[in-house]
Amino acid sequence: MQEKDIYSELSSIRNLMERSSKFISLSGLSGIMAGVYSLIGAFISYKLVYSEQGFMQYRDLYLNGLQLLLKLTGIGAAVLVLSLITGIWLTIRQARKKGEKFWNPVSKRLLVNMAIPLTTGGLFILIMLIRGEYAIICSACLIFYGLALIAGSHYTISAVKWLGFSEIVLGLVAALIPGYGIVFWTIGFGILHILYGSIMHFKYN
Amino acid sequence: MKISLESFDKAFENRLRLQIMSVLVANAYYDFNSLKELLNATDGNLASHLKALEKEEYITVTKSFIGRKPNTQYTASAKGILAFKKHLEALENLIKQQKG
Repeated sequence: MQEKDIYSELSSIRNLMERSSKFISLSGLSGIMAGVYSLIGAFISYKLVYSEQGFMQYRDLYLNGLQLLLKLTGIGAAVLVLSLITGIWLTIRQARKKGEKFWNPVSKRLLVNMAIPLTTGGLFILIMLIRGEYAIICSACLIFYGLALIAGSHYTISAVKWLGFSEIVLGLVAALIPGYGIVFWTIGFGILHILYGSIMHFKYN
Repeated sequence: MKISLESFDKAFENRLRLQIMSVLVANAYYDFNSLKELLNATDGNLASHLKALEKEEYITVTKSFIGRKPNTQYTASAKGILAFKKHLEALENLIKQQKG
């Protein structure tokens, strides 16, 4: 056996171990798009909340009326659905470019691991909405989303783990300073997504 | 240059077998079809090398059904993981030896 044969053998083993256990076709561009949708959603929500009362008027209730609450929930759901569709579409495209299957054991494990904290968080937030605990919602969204990212990060590129940590820290800070939900929402889902999405896009594409 | 070959595992002489083992060491389990896609192997070739590794007790096989389709999952055994690590070590030693 020649030395360069052994080198190529070792590097092919390393490559195979990495490729078989990590889903590397995650699209950075989809992160950027999710961030942009969130910013638009946050802007519309801001307009809605503030147009109910005058701009300069003192507000003693941040969320009032079922109508407004339903509208805000609708905007959140629209942002989520749009982000998911774009994310799945761009990721399939990238997997195809790399000659990899989109639906493989690793992407399955990635989704299952993320689904557990996401579903728990979703149900928790729904219960809080029904009980009228609005102050907790923004920070719960950020914290559970961060936990889901960290749980999934074992099966994909490591930048996802740092995005997860950032979301959790932001969620905890949001819990400390209630009433600024929309600000933290904009930073966590808008700015952080765009930031990490661009890092992933330029590093891995 | 003459190299002593006794530290190499005969079971890993075949490239595909070493590749199978790499995948199973890096993952908790892997199924036949995904393995086939990942390694670009044919059914028969993959099956015969899997059987050889099973005979060495390097991997364990779990057969089940998803609906009506058979689903076979492979897991690296403790013995197999140890053998794989030793083989890699031998490869690395060989490189060091040739440098020194």
